[in-house]
Amino acid sequence: MSKAAELAALIGSQTALSNRNLIINGAMQVHQRGGTTTMNDGQSYSLDRFQGFASAGGTYTITQDSDTPSGEGFTNSLKVAVTSADSSLASGDYYVIDQRIEGNVLAQAAFGTSGAKAVTLSFFVRSSVTGSHGGSLSNSAANRSYPYTYTVSSANTWEYKTITIPGDTAGTWLTTTGIGARLYWGLGAGSTASGPAGAWAAAEYRTAASTVAPISTGSATWYITGVQLEVGEQATPFEHRSFADEMIRCQRYYQEVASGSTYFAGNGLGTTNIIVGIPLATSMRATPSIKQNGYTFHRSGNVNSSGANPSVSNFKYDIGRNAVGVRISGWASNNTDEVAYNVTPATEVLAFEAEF
Amino acid sequence: MNGMNITSAQYMAHPITNENDGIEATIDGQAYYIPLAVGNRHYDEIMRQVAAGTLTIADAD
Repeated sequence: MSKAAELAALIGSQTALSNRNLIINGAMQVHQRGGTTTMNDGQSYSLDRFQGFASAGGTYTITQDSDTPSGEGFTNSLKVAVTSADSSLASGDYYVIDQRIEGNVLAQAAFGTSGAKAVTLSFFVRSSVTGSHGGSLSNSAANRSYPYTYTVSSANTWEYKTITIPGDTAGTWLTTTGIGARLYWGLGAGSTASGPAGAWAAAEYRTAASTVAPISTGSATWYITGVQLEVGEQATPFEHRSFADEMIRCQRYYQEVASGSTYFAGNGLGTTNIIVGIPLATSMRATPSIKQNGYTFHRSGNVNSSGANPSVSNFKYDIGRNAVGVRISGWASNNTDEVAYNVTPATEVLAFEAEF
Repeated sequence: MNGMNITSAQYMAHPITNENDGIEATIDGQAYYIPLAVGNRHYDEIMRQVAAGTLTIADAD
C-alpha cells in the first residue's frame, strides 16, 4: 500500500486513528503460556487471546513462530501445523482458531441495533494449502454468524487479506464483559458447522461452506499475523502497538504472576492456613481461576519450609481491583495467627485466568 | 468435541463460615481453584456439565 493510499484509508476509515484494532495481540507478540499447544478433541488457549478448537479425528499444533511477511514490521506469527490429518470430516466436526472479543470492546460497532456498523477484518496469512479458505464472525448466543472466505493463491507465501462484514442489525450482541463476538478462522469443518459465505445466518457457522480444509492434509501448515478488526468498511494499515501495551491488554484475561523464588508476604489464619495478598498487573475481566500449585512456606526469622503440598482453598477478588487475597491451606500447624510468613509458588508459575 | 475435559470437581468450604466458596477441579489434567462466579469460563463449563448430567461436584471435606 502506498503512503497516499495509507493516508486515504485512514481518513476514510470512519474510525479512530489509534486504538482502532479490536483484536488483542494481533501481531502475535505475546505468548505467556509458551511452548507448543497440541489440539485434539478439545479447546485450549495458546498465544495470548488466541484459542484453538479441534474435533477428535485430527491433530494439529499451535506455536509462536518467527516467520513473518517481509517488510511489514512483524516479528512473530501464529503457526498451525497438522500432525495427524482428518480426511473424513463428520458433519459436526470443526477445527478452528479463534479470538473472543469482549462485549464492551465490540460495542462501538452497535451490532444488534438499527445503527449497526460494518467491520473490516485484515490479516496476513501463509498456508501450504491453496484455494478458498474460510472463517466466521459470530455472537455469544451462537445464533448469529457471518461466514467469510479468502483465497490463498500461492502456497507457502505471505498474502494480505481483507474482508468487510456488514453490521448485523439482528440478534443479541453483548456489550458487557461477556463475549461480544467470536472471530474464527477455519481449518476444516463438516456440513453443519459451516454455512454460506457472505450473509448473516441465524446459526453458529464456524467457517464458510465449500472451503479448503488444511486439517485434512498431513503436514499442512497455516500461519497468520497482523490481525486487525476495525469498525468501518475500509481496512487501514495494521496498528502496531508496543509489546508492553499488548501485554497489559492480554493480562486482563490471563496473567502469570510469579514462579519459584518470588515471595509474597502472608498472614497466618489459625494453624494451617495462610492468607497472601498478591498484586496483579491489571484488573481482570472476571473473577479468575487459579492454577493449583504446590507452595512453599517460610516463617518469619527462619526457613521452615512446608513439607506438605498445600493448595489454594479460597480467595477474594473484586472485579476491577488490582490484587487478589489467596488463602492457602494444607500446612502443618504452627503458632496460631502468626504473621509475616513468606510464600512462594514451588513447582509452577502462579497464574490467574479470566478468559472466556 | 469435548470443550473441557473435567475429570474431578469438589466444593471447597470457607474455614470460618463453612460455606462453599469455590470448586477444586482438574481440567485437562491441570488442577484449578475455581470461584463460584458466573462469567468465569471454568465455573460456567462445570455448571453446564452438571446440568447435562455428565459431571457431579463432590461435597466439601
